[in-house]
Amino acid sequence: MGMYVIIAGAGKVGWNLARELLDKGHEVTLIENNRGRYATVEQELEHNIQYGDASELWVLERAGISRADMVIAVTGDDEDNVLICQVATEKYLCERTIARVNNPRNRQWFDLLGVRPVVSATDLILRLIEHEVPEYGLVHLLDLPEERLEIIEMLLPADSKANGMRVGDLEMPEGSLLISVLREGRGFVPGPDTVLEAGDEILAVLDPTVEEDLTSYFAPDGTSVDGT
Amino acid sequence: MFVLIVGIGRVGSSVARTMLQEGHTVSCLDEDPESHARLEIGLDTSWEDLGGRYTVGTALEIEALEEAGIAEAEAFVASTNGDNTNLVVAQIAKRRFEVPTVIARILDPYRAQWYESQGVHTICPTRVAIEMLIGEVREAAGPAPGG
Repeated sequence: MGMYVIIAGAGKVGWNLARELLDKGHEVTLIENNRGRYATVEQELEHNIQYGDASELWVLERAGISRADMVIAVTGDDEDNVLICQVATEKYLCERTIARVNNPRNRQWFDLLGVRPVVSATDLILRLIEHEVPEYGLVHLLDLPEERLEIIEMLLPADSKANGMRVGDLEMPEGSLLISVLREGRGFVPGPDTVLEAGDEILAVLDPTVEEDLTSYFAPDGTSVDGT
Repeated sequence: MFVLIVGIGRVGSSVARTMLQEGHTVSCLDEDPESHARLEIGLDTSWEDLGGRYTVGTALEIEALEEAGIAEAEAFVASTNGDNTNLVVAQIAKRRFEVPTVIARILDPYRAQWYESQGVHTICPTRVAIEMLIGEVREAAGPAPGG
């Protein structure tokens, strides 16, 4: 079923997002406060873009925020993004918001003001670097902080005490479960008799609070894999 | 009292100077080092010699806020030129640092009113100007025709 989505900021992210959502049959209003940018995008999106400052309440109201299913704030200003989402949730009772974080150091303020989920291109690229450079040891594949669940991928270091152990004999912390082993480019679901080897990458699902216990369990000498 | 003022423009610098002259401890934070000169308008001694504090940094940088002494602040004034910056930093001062008195200068009357109702104390100069102008125009116009 089609949703009504308001997108604040018609930069590259906002414009492309609007296009994709329109293609999928959703109703979209894009809001842009730079006159020149507005004129450019309006050539293509016509009535699906409005000119104005999306942090002004009357602009949001004109765009029909009271019936919006989702508000997405992707301007270049973190202050604007966090406030647009705060107002959408707290004043207009919009159930879903997504905010872009331009400077990852501002992520804490989005949390503080109760704005989530947030998307940060910088963080996404850092994640990719972690994934491409396994020396980092630990990769977060999925984070669901509200559900208190995450999936991590870890490289077993050469001197891990788990090397050569049967999966059935592992004493992993409570609240964590080994779900897959990647060996020589192939992944499989381990059974109790699977024997772990140095160089294996293991995937585990766990409660985020036991992450440190889990990484120290697989690391040599009880230190965590990234050396911290 | 320890007062921290973020945003040292016309408003912030005047509040800072007056509070210092009244004997309070005043710390100022602004991202533009040139704003320091505003603090010394009409003074023949330097801001620091009078006991004032001054930090260069942006309002959302936690290190800058801490360096400016937010942890000890008893009153916090957000008077940068951005309404949204003021609203975010005022909420940071209140929620994260639990500063007892937090005031934000907000130019947009509608946003000021809503945040005020949500517990963020706001001062809206635009609202004051509107009321004064309406009052003066009414007075000049005399009784409404037919009224």
